[in-house]
Amino acid sequence: MRSSGFGVITFNSTSHAIQAEKICRQRELQIKMIPTPRKLSSDCGISLRFDWHDREVVLAALAERNVEVDLVAALE
Amino acid sequence: MSLASSSRESSTPIYFDNGATSFPKPPAVWEAMSQFMNQVGANPGRSGHRLSIEAARIVYNTRESLARLFNLADPLQVVFTLNATEALNLVVKGLLSPGDHVITGAMEHNSVMRPLREIEKTGVKLTVVGCSPTGELDPDDVAKSIRTATRLVILTHASNVTGGLMPIRDVGRLCRQKGILFAVDAAQTAGCAPIDMEADFIDLLAFTGHKALFGPQGTGGLAIGGQVEMKTFKPLKQGGTGSRSEYEIQPDFLPDLLESGTPNSVGIAGLGAGVDFVLTETPARVHRRVSMLSLRLINGISGIPGLGLVGDPRPERMVSTVSFNIHGFSPSEVGLKLDDDYNILCRVGLHCAPAAHRTLGTFPQGTVRFGLGYLNSESEIDYAVAALAEIARGGTTAMLLTPEQL
Repeated sequence: MRSSGFGVITFNSTSHAIQAEKICRQRELQIKMIPTPRKLSSDCGISLRFDWHDREVVLAALAERNVEVDLVAALE
Repeated sequence: MSLASSSRESSTPIYFDNGATSFPKPPAVWEAMSQFMNQVGANPGRSGHRLSIEAARIVYNTRESLARLFNLADPLQVVFTLNATEALNLVVKGLLSPGDHVITGAMEHNSVMRPLREIEKTGVKLTVVGCSPTGELDPDDVAKSIRTATRLVILTHASNVTGGLMPIRDVGRLCRQKGILFAVDAAQTAGCAPIDMEADFIDLLAFTGHKALFGPQGTGGLAIGGQVEMKTFKPLKQGGTGSRSEYEIQPDFLPDLLESGTPNSVGIAGLGAGVDFVLTETPARVHRRVSMLSLRLINGISGIPGLGLVGDPRPERMVSTVSFNIHGFSPSEVGLKLDDDYNILCRVGLHCAPAAHRTLGTFPQGTVRFGLGYLNSESEIDYAVAALAEIARGGTTAMLLTPEQL
């Protein structure tokens, strides 16, 4: 498996995902909202893609604001 | 020339029916709706493409603005509904079970009374706490009505008939001490009177979007405090949420638990712009202005012979709604004269609140109600006072000026 250099975070709902996006943007983290990869979920929702190097900063920012996270995974 | 005959030529009506729905709206509201329809349009939370994500951002931002306005920590605890009525039904039918006891007051709108009367049939016990003839509720009377089975107290924040404010903070504190849920119907106050869910001990705040929050009709919601145990909350409906699609059972988290089906995104876009308008003007300034306009109206009409104010006329006790009757005329006659002869639009009758009118002694004829709004002007109030004086005199001629001429 080849790593893309990105990670992806899935959420319980779109509302949680948008909340997370807003927090990351406020901190000027390089992120992008993408459709949830099929392998991670059968869901029709959106996920937050981030630079794998920023993993700890992103997760800390979300934890600090009590944003519930579903899954965190490296993107192939 | 009388005020009546001169005003007929004026084309812009004076809108005093903001208690039913606010009009006009700040331009930002319809601009946001137009932008949504023209440039976004997609379904929030259903797809992963950029327009769907943009729609979800707009809906989320509206939750965030509402949470800020009501001092609620988590924006995801704001649930959108069609209107305050749906939010109140959600509270009553979602939280009460047979054997539970619920308390309300005698100034309630039918949006509270009818769901309560309906659930009474299922074995829920209801106590309606009496109010004074001017519509005041004594928190001690609520305290005396509490039983071991009391699960919920539900009260309007302000009467839609008199504008009289209820002692929500005192009742909220009492409920919190007793471990009873406290729900507030903020249909008349959200946007034009201070509401602080923390300081007022409010667990469930039902609001409408289309009154003092300046959103379009078809918007409203329920803001849910952290004390409410979601496991016991029964949704009114189940369906697609865009989340947990692999499961055939309803998600158990907010807002999805209580929001099934495609939302009114275009309406919520407009509501967001309306709430942001209130936040920018500041809720304190909005409240000061509508109180000042109410005071000006009350002072103006208090001296009119034959005109009787309904409710407690002290301005610090009320929001922007003023009810009255004119001796010798039915409310509907006054309403028709105001509309036809003076270009003033208001609401007459029972205002969907028979319990309140029984309390006030104005059942079944009702009252004439002026619902003032932040966007009304002093000259409109002065003109209306003069119009009412003319009607009360029996329509005698006088030289009076329209708002444009003042």
